Amino acid sequence: MNILLATIRRDLLLHVRRPADIVNPLVFFLIVISLFPLGIGPSAGTLNVIAAGVIWVAVLLATLLSIDVMFKSDYEDGTLEQIVLSKQPLILIVMGKLIAQWLVSGLLMTLMSPLFALMFFLNSDGILAIAMALLLGTPTMTLLGSIGAALTLGLKNGGVLIAILVLPLYIPVLILGTAMVDSAVGGNSYTGHMLWLGALLLVTTGLAPIATQASIRISLSQ
Amino acid sequence: MWNWFHRLGSPKTFYAISGSLLPYFCVLAGILLVTGIVWALGFVPPDYQQGHSVRIMYIHVPSAILAQSSYMMMAAAGLVYLVWRIKLADVAVQCAAPIGTGLTFLALITGSIWGKPTWGTWWVWDARLTSTLVLFFLFVGVMALRSAMTGKASAGRATAMLALVGVVNLPIIKYSVDWWFTLHQPSSFSLTEKPSMPPEMWMPLLVMVLGFYLFFFCVWMLRIRTEILNREYRSQWVQELVQ
Repeated sequence: MNILLATIRRDLLLHVRRPADIVNPLVFFLIVISLFPLGIGPSAGTLNVIAAGVIWVAVLLATLLSIDVMFKSDYEDGTLEQIVLSKQPLILIVMGKLIAQWLVSGLLMTLMSPLFALMFFLNSDGILAIAMALLLGTPTMTLLGSIGAALTLGLKNGGVLIAILVLPLYIPVLILGTAMVDSAVGGNSYTGHMLWLGALLLVTTGLAPIATQASIRISLSQ
Repeated sequence: MWNWFHRLGSPKTFYAISGSLLPYFCVLAGILLVTGIVWALGFVPPDYQQGHSVRIMYIHVPSAILAQSSYMMMAAAGLVYLVWRIKLADVAVQCAAPIGTGLTFLALITGSIWGKPTWGTWWVWDARLTSTLVLFFLFVGVMALRSAMTGKASAGRATAMLALVGVVNLPIIKYSVDWWFTLHQPSSFSLTEKPSMPPEMWMPLLVMVLGFYLFFFCVWMLRIRTEILNREYRSQWVQELVQ
């Protein structure tokens, strides 16, 4: 437990000392969402319908940008090798990094989402639903993205490759999340969707850190 | 019996055994495919709704089945490589990926061609077409990761890990896409169920599916054999073979 908290504290400190890593994906998120009304037209009727999908896709893309740097700086200065060589269980350290990563990317995007829901003329049911959906969905996306980030460590153009590897895995979260928001906007109950998103989160929490730590060892042995 | 299995893991023995078995498999695959195609194109009665365009099904359905099966087989080979470190399994993963990509692409294209006369449109976001598209992305991802990594051993393990992650996610993706489609199914046509086919329609389908499976195995074996020669070119038995 100590190593988990120590890793979270260390990574949060590192992120805070380099604010660009936190702020840039969020600004990207904001800009991408703002591009859609510019491309499609300002009518509330259209924007209302596409709101859930647009916000979710923007969250996916911004998550991809932010996880790119999750292991990179540690890999580049050799800290990651030392971490792997140490006696501490790698999986706890990976989970600590994931929690810290989510706190500075996914959580912030979740907190920003009601603003964007308003910009897209969602009603109050929809705003609550999208916040809840992102709250459950963004950790899943961070977990899945970390597998891609670990597999492409040390590659020159790893950024685009992460997107190719990880976006198909994001599809269930996307489908469930947008269906949840659409169901809420229509005034229907969305507890089922939340339970499914929670189930996905639990399964991913159980399996993804194992895959990530194995992938880190594979990438380091290159 | 296990001894024979273990010996199969050595590239030289595998090359010898596959070399002796391959001609039979290829001939059988050819017979099945030719029989199936002639039967499907010539002798199957036209569907009462779709007319003659149902004949595309005899290429589309086997390629779709093989697309998914080949991903499972590639993932199984990846698991063998990760757990038992048998290098031949890594060769198998490397060689299966392009074939699977091609089969998935064939399934998408033939499905699209089938869609035009029956549904009036080249593409529709049907549950099965969409999950086949996602499968295509998964295959492309495996090939992209392999080509991006330079170290041979770690590229093999990373690709195997990716194939495993993909195969765990594949049922989840398929289920969610199915559910997504039933949520959004347009009411103008229903196309998800295939009514129970009379024997004169599913028997050529069975022949084609078997033919496609054997075709996949034959092409896979040929590629594995070539890659074995490529990797082991410095060893004595390959040098003797090449002389």
